[in-house]
Order: sequence, then C-alpha cells, then structure tokens
Amino acid sequence: MAETTTATAAAGKTIKFIITRQDSPDAAPYTETFEVPYRANMNVISALMEIQRSPLNAEGKQTAPVCWESNCLEEVCGACSMIINGKPRQACSALIDKLEQPIRLEPMRTFPVVRDLVINRERMFNALKRVKAWIPIDGTYDLGPGPRMAETKRQWAYELSKCMTCGVCLEACPNVNDRTSFIGPAAISQVRLFNAHPTGEMNKEERLETLMEDGGIEGCGNSQNCVRACPKGIPLTTSIAAINKDTTKHMFKQWLGM
Amino acid sequence: MKGNSYYSRRIHSLLGVIPLSMFIISHMLTNFSAVEGGAEGFKAAVKFINGLPIVLVLEIVGIWLPLLFHGIYGLYIAYQSNINTGQFQYGRNWAFALQRISGVITFIFVAWHVYQTRIQVLLGNISYGDLGATMNAIVTNNLYFFFYMIGVVASMFHFSNGMWAFLVSWGITVGPRAQRFSSYVWMIVFVIATGMFMASLLAFRGDEFKDASAAVETLRTLANIG
Repeated sequence: MAETTTATAAAGKTIKFIITRQDSPDAAPYTETFEVPYRANMNVISALMEIQRSPLNAEGKQTAPVCWESNCLEEVCGACSMIINGKPRQACSALIDKLEQPIRLEPMRTFPVVRDLVINRERMFNALKRVKAWIPIDGTYDLGPGPRMAETKRQWAYELSKCMTCGVCLEACPNVNDRTSFIGPAAISQVRLFNAHPTGEMNKEERLETLMEDGGIEGCGNSQNCVRACPKGIPLTTSIAAINKDTTKHMFKQWLGM
Repeated sequence: MKGNSYYSRRIHSLLGVIPLSMFIISHMLTNFSAVEGGAEGFKAAVKFINGLPIVLVLEIVGIWLPLLFHGIYGLYIAYQSNINTGQFQYGRNWAFALQRISGVITFIFVAWHVYQTRIQVLLGNISYGDLGATMNAIVTNNLYFFFYMIGVVASMFHFSNGMWAFLVSWGITVGPRAQRFSSYVWMIVFVIATGMFMASLLAFRGDEFKDASAAVETLRTLANIG
C-alpha cells in the first residue's frame, strides 16, 4: 500500500477540482480550482482533507481551506450531501476513480449555504417535527407492550427507515424552491413509515392532517426525480402515492363524518 | 394563495377529469363527425348539442367555470415549479416540465379558440350553423392551421399526462408497475386523441365547409381570423 502511494505520487498524477465557494451566508459565490495529488481509492472527502492539509489553489496561492460537513463516512448520516458533477449525492461514497475530471463540487443551493459546501438542513428536521415522525409511547403509567408488527410489513418498512435526512431528494425536486412551501419527499415517506408501525398508527390521522395543509403533500408534481436521486434507494414515489391514497380516504371520511 | 392549498390542488386535479376531460372527449367526437359525416354531419352534431336542455347552464357549470379555475390556478402551479430537465434528464421529469409548458400553451390556445368560435356566436357575429364555415376560414389560413396543430398536440399531451398524474395524486396508481402501465395507456390515448383532432382539422380544410355567407365573410375581415 505504502509503495503504491509513493509510486503514484511520484508519477505526479493529480486530480483537478473546481469548487464553488462562498465565504459567508450572504457573500457572493465564486469558483476556485484545486489540484490534489492522486492516491489510490480516494473519495471526495479524502480529497477535501488533502486541500485542508495544504490549502493551495491551482495557481499555487495560499487560500482558505474549503469547508464541508461529514460524519460517518459510510453513507448513513446524510451530512456530506453536495452536488458532485451536477448530481446531488454523498461525498463519502463518491469515489474519485469513478468520477469524470475535472470534478465539480457545489453546495446544494435548495438549502441556505452556510459556507463553501456547508448547508443548513434545518428545514428537513423541522418537517419531521411538523409531521411528528416518531412513535409516542409515554404515559403516566406502564402502557404495557404494544401490538406486534407483521414480519412482511417490517421488511418494507425497514427500507423506509433507511432515510438519513440527507436532503438529496429535496435538491432534485423541481417543486422545492422559494416559491412554494412544499415539505419535500423525505418527510412524506417518514409519515408512511410511522403510520405503518402498529403503535405509530394510533396517531395516523394527526400526521395525515399535517400533510393536508399548506406546504403538505399537494406540493408534489410527480416529476419523480426524488426516487432516482435517493442514495438509499427508498421508494419515495411509492410512499407519496400511498400517502396520497391515505389523505384522499381521510378527506372523504372527514367530509362524510365517518 | 389564501385558504388551504391541499383542497385547491385537489379541486384543480378533479376538475381536470370531471368535467374537463369529459368535455375533451365530447368535443373530440363532435369534431370527428366532420371527418365521418362531412359538413352536414358536423352541422347535425352541433345542432344536437345545442338542442340539449339547459344547454347554457351545462356550458357555464360544465365548461367555462371549471376551465377558468383549472386554467388560472394551473398558471399559478406552473409559476411555482422549477424546470431542471438539464440536470435530471429522466422521462418523468420531462413529462413534469412538459405538463407545465403544454398547460400554458393550452391556456393561450383555448382562449384564442373560444374567442374565434363561441365568443363570436355570443356576440351575434355568427350562428351555430356557421361554425363549420368559421373553422374552415380559420384552418385554411396556413399560419392558423399550424397554430391549431400545436394547440392540439399541447392540449392532448396535457390531457393524457394529466390523467396519469391524477391517478397518482389520488392514490389510485401507487406502485411503480401500476404507474408504468398507466403511462403506456395514456401514451396510447395521447396518440389516438391527437390523431382524431388532427383528422378533424384536416377535414375542416375541405371545400365542402367553405361558405361565402356574409356573416363569415364579415367575421373573416373584422375579427381578422383568416
């Protein structure tokens, strides 16, 4: 391993990055080019770490190191979402060997940009609070065990639970922008997840009613980009259609007083 | 938009099917009588429709008001959408963008077409019997013929793809297989409906519809329709 690293470094192979930067939330964005020495098996994060170690741009000038966010480095936390060569995805699972160069990195502008590639995904967490994406189990006394979940149901619900609130689906959605208040695909799929749970189901109507208000499920325009973009392969469009069905049923039930 | 947008969107979606899609089919069949029965057949079909009881009420409640709501709220929906087909070149994303573009084209086309036909009847410039001749005067002008062809393709796409979206938005086609199958069905509907409207446009170009009556002649010059 050490030998290959030296060998490739000696060969002088570099990776070219064009990064969209922004110094503060209100500052104007600009691009800066970087050349990073190639090592085997690099990903975008390790390349960004390299820039952090020696913050020189392609002209060899000293510059502020590029800011980014990351945690788990195994595509389960959702923190390192950014636009890599035009597509929103996780930087940790974006392998350099599989990317066309120059590699273009941009922040996901659907969200407020904090600095460089760092964005603020607060709206997604607010959305989860709005739809009550949890299972209330607290009581003033021991409520005893809840109802059992069928294994077949658990299997498909597990797929929905893989959502890491990374924001890629909102970035891909043409209906999430500053002219709408659309909640986005992720939270709708979480409503389906928690409404499928035998205990969570007890607060089913509450979650549906939140999606039947301004900025709820009606904002979906069926472009279906979300399901294509989701890094975890969550069937988001199926979730949206299923919740469409549930809200339709709930609407008629409400009207007819059933 | 004031009020709960969930209900506005549901009404928008429902009106697209009941009554607007039903009207499209009825209009398609009436027009096709020009292909099957020629000038006389078309005249008879128009006469039949205008012989329906409370026809004005049917028109206002069944066509004009739904059309206005669907059209105006639809423009607002189009305004709210980004078009990102450059970044995401998937078929469904193209359909999403085209649904909005075709909606705007349809809005202009329908407004123009209603002005040239129904409004002229309302103003007393022509009578129902002259509608075939009016259409002849319009579509024998090549520029209008082209404009009408674009209008037909746009409105039929909007209708077919809108039906696909309706089935998703009301939770009828839920899984990917159902949605794919539905997209094939509506693609076929799009082709057939476009073909039938095109055939009637071509039929209206025929000389048998030509009518040198004073009313149509005046209209031709006054309203500058062809």
